[in-house]
Amino acid sequence: MSRSSKKGPWVEDRLMGRIEAMNSAGERQMIRTWSRASTIFPEMVGHTIAVHDGRKHVPVFISESMVGHKLGEFAPTRLFRGHAGGDRARMR
Amino acid sequence: MARIAGVNIPLNKRVEIGLTYIFGVGESQARKFLQEAGIDPDTYVKNLTEDEVRALRELVDGGAMVEGDLRRERSQSVKRLMEIGAYRGLRHRRGLPTNGQRTKTNARTRKGPRRMQVAGKKKVSK
Repeated sequence: MSRSSKKGPWVEDRLMGRIEAMNSAGERQMIRTWSRASTIFPEMVGHTIAVHDGRKHVPVFISESMVGHKLGEFAPTRLFRGHAGGDRARMR
Repeated sequence: MARIAGVNIPLNKRVEIGLTYIFGVGESQARKFLQEAGIDPDTYVKNLTEDEVRALRELVDGGAMVEGDLRRERSQSVKRLMEIGAYRGLRHRRGLPTNGQRTKTNARTRKGPRRMQVAGKKKVSK
C-alpha cells in the first residue's frame, strides 16, 4: 500500500540537510548515505549520491526524471551471475 | 457498422460488452459511458441508432485515453523506467516481473513459455 499523501514524501533529515547546505553553498560533493528509503526531491537533481547496496556505496547521479522515486531503486542489492552450467554462460 | 475511437467495430454484442473491445475501455468504463449517454446497456450494437453511436463516440473521444495514445503512454513510461536505471526498469529489460513477485516458480506471463532442457546433455563425470 502506498503512503498516505497527508504525510507527504519522506526523506532522511540528515540527508536533506546536507543537500540544502550544499545547494546554498553552491558546491557539489558526493554524499554517502545508507538511507535507501529516502524519496528523491527536486532539490537533489544534479547531485551525485552514493547509495549503500548492502556492501558498498553505488554512485547515483540524480536526473530530473528520477524525482519521486526512492534512492534504493537505483542501487540494486542483488548480483545475478547466471546459473551454474547455463548454456548462455558457456557461450561467452 | 459502428466505428468508435478508430478501428473498433464490435457488432453482434450488447453495447456494454461491445465497448470493451476498445483498448482502454473496460466494463466499468463502458457502463459509465452508457449511463452518461442514457443508453440501455442491454441493447445490441447493431440496434443502436446513429445518434446513439455519435453520442458514444463523443464520450469516448472526450472522456478516455484509448488505443494508440494509451499504448504510447504505457510504453513511454516503461522506457523511462529503463532509462533512469531504476530497479523496475531493470526487471523490464530482463523480462521478469516488476512488482516483487516470486520467480522460483510461476511468473510465466512475463517469462514466456518454459524453456525445456535438451535431452542427453549431461556430461559423464569421471
